[in-house]
Amino acid sequence: MQILRSLLFRLASTAATLVGVAVIVFFVIRVVPGDPIAMMLPPGATAEDIARLTALYGLDKSIPEQFFIWASGVLQGDFGTSITARRPVLDLVLGRLPATLELSIMALVIAVILGGVAALMGTRERGTKVEAGIDVANGMALSVPDFLWALILILLFGVAWPVFHISGRVTPSLDLPFVTNFYLFESLVRLRFDLWVDIVSHMFMPALALAIPLAAIIGQLLKQSLKETMHLDYVTLARTKGYGENHVIIREALPNAILPTLTLVGVQFTFLIGGTVIIERLFSYEGLGNMAIDAVINRDLPLIQGIVILFAVLFTVVNLVVDLTYALLNPRLRHA
Amino acid sequence: MSYLKISNLTVNIAGTSARLLRDVSLTVQPGEVHGLVGESGAGKSMIGKAVLGTLPRAIEIVSGTIELDGTDLLALSPAEHRKRLGQSCALIPQDPLTALNPSRRIGPQITDRLTDILGWDAKRARDRAAELLDEVQIPDPQRVLRSYPHELSGGMRQRILIASAFAAQPKLIVADEPTTALDVTVQKQILKLIKDMQQRHDTALLFVTHDLGVVSKICQSLSVLYAGMVVEATDVRSFFREPAHAYSRALLAATPKYTDPEASLTPVPEEVIAAVKAEVDAADARLRHG
Repeated sequence: MQILRSLLFRLASTAATLVGVAVIVFFVIRVVPGDPIAMMLPPGATAEDIARLTALYGLDKSIPEQFFIWASGVLQGDFGTSITARRPVLDLVLGRLPATLELSIMALVIAVILGGVAALMGTRERGTKVEAGIDVANGMALSVPDFLWALILILLFGVAWPVFHISGRVTPSLDLPFVTNFYLFESLVRLRFDLWVDIVSHMFMPALALAIPLAAIIGQLLKQSLKETMHLDYVTLARTKGYGENHVIIREALPNAILPTLTLVGVQFTFLIGGTVIIERLFSYEGLGNMAIDAVINRDLPLIQGIVILFAVLFTVVNLVVDLTYALLNPRLRHA
Repeated sequence: MSYLKISNLTVNIAGTSARLLRDVSLTVQPGEVHGLVGESGAGKSMIGKAVLGTLPRAIEIVSGTIELDGTDLLALSPAEHRKRLGQSCALIPQDPLTALNPSRRIGPQITDRLTDILGWDAKRARDRAAELLDEVQIPDPQRVLRSYPHELSGGMRQRILIASAFAAQPKLIVADEPTTALDVTVQKQILKLIKDMQQRHDTALLFVTHDLGVVSKICQSLSVLYAGMVVEATDVRSFFREPAHAYSRALLAATPKYTDPEASLTPVPEEVIAAVKAEVDAADARLRHG
């Protein structure tokens, strides 16, 4: 009952958030300078041409009027038509979503693995030079932003020592049998490991660039809470039972120490998804972020709106998943 | 032959000459309850931690031996040391509210030592855990084994920790102020429970406490500590009849009398403190030159 009520409340507040996002983005992109119609027409177009095209896209109406037309379409699942691609926004956006999702999730997995290993090793070797080394590495990882890591990685592993692909999502000459846009996932399901390797070698570097700052945050926070937990009585009690350091860290300390980190990862993961916009651009990766930049450059208003709404939905879903995981891991919340 | 024999144990803060234990020697016979008493910071708990190998990393054993059943624990490799302790010793911790892992169910927290360290099969360990909970008078053991710590009261949790300590039939249990964190009405029951369990299982007990009243109820012998030094080691009867050391006498006089709540508390007199401090300095000088 309690769970149902808090879930309903969450859904309602999510809906309110999305409405707010829709309103703000709709008005802001119409107020900032830049005219989509002027971008479309060749220089020297007549005033009639401009007026005709403006009316065609409904841009001659007042902004509130435009909003209600657009909003009533959205409620029926129609996000409008892209001005540049001349295709439904929903198709375009959903077509690109899998690419960005796969990239973000891969980045998250890399961040959790790197950060987790750093935290566990740092805790095991606390007070030694190994821990100091991990702290230095964390500090470096954290003080360089993801897009600079992207450039560093491109120079190192794309140019100086070319082991990974640095452009695109898959080698264009390959014949893809996929029916969905989840290339990474579908290549595994179809057991096409040749394609899988090619896809991973395209994704690895952008994912790593996104992951490094998050890995540092996870590593630092998790190590901090692990070290605090290691002083607690139940950890001492486990030692007296005859357990060694590794067991004590992983089974006794980790399940309790991980909770604050989990909350933070949720928040940071939404930042990471935001980071895909620039990273996808740098790696010419055909995802939502790359599409967003093109849409902004071309003043493709319906497409911008669609992408922003989708990102907002993504953020709220991530937050919901984090809260549910938190309740699942913490028995004190599960029974509350 | 004594089961636990600590000889000339000296413990420092690592890398400094700050002494926490000074030349401590004591023995515990099989099945004997030995009290460790003294003020806060006298090193009572430190001895228990040294025996169980749970000294913090910042604290080092400078010299001395800790023999368990004739084996010098400090000469063993860390892994053997841990295994040896897990098989034959246990701890009853001070605070039942923090000594159980909040994210694990009670059952596995009792049976983990039996299955992982002693190699029992899971079924036998579970039966043993239920039997132990029954022994410490916990109603509905099966339900409690499935519970999380936050679902149980402090008194219940302390009973569980006692049951858990006796699970592997240890020869020695270190009880680190096991009643201090409990309220007075529960203290008495828990003390009686520890005593009953200790007698039934014939376990030696190293009982750390600052409460001489508790010592008189449960211990057969005791060591009085001051500043990490044993000032008097004797059997309980002669201690309460005629304490040999001036500090012991003062400590005994300082114990509040429940029969006379109006009586004012007597602090340990200045000159006794000065005298025992002189002894500590003498011990330090001996340690430096010896």
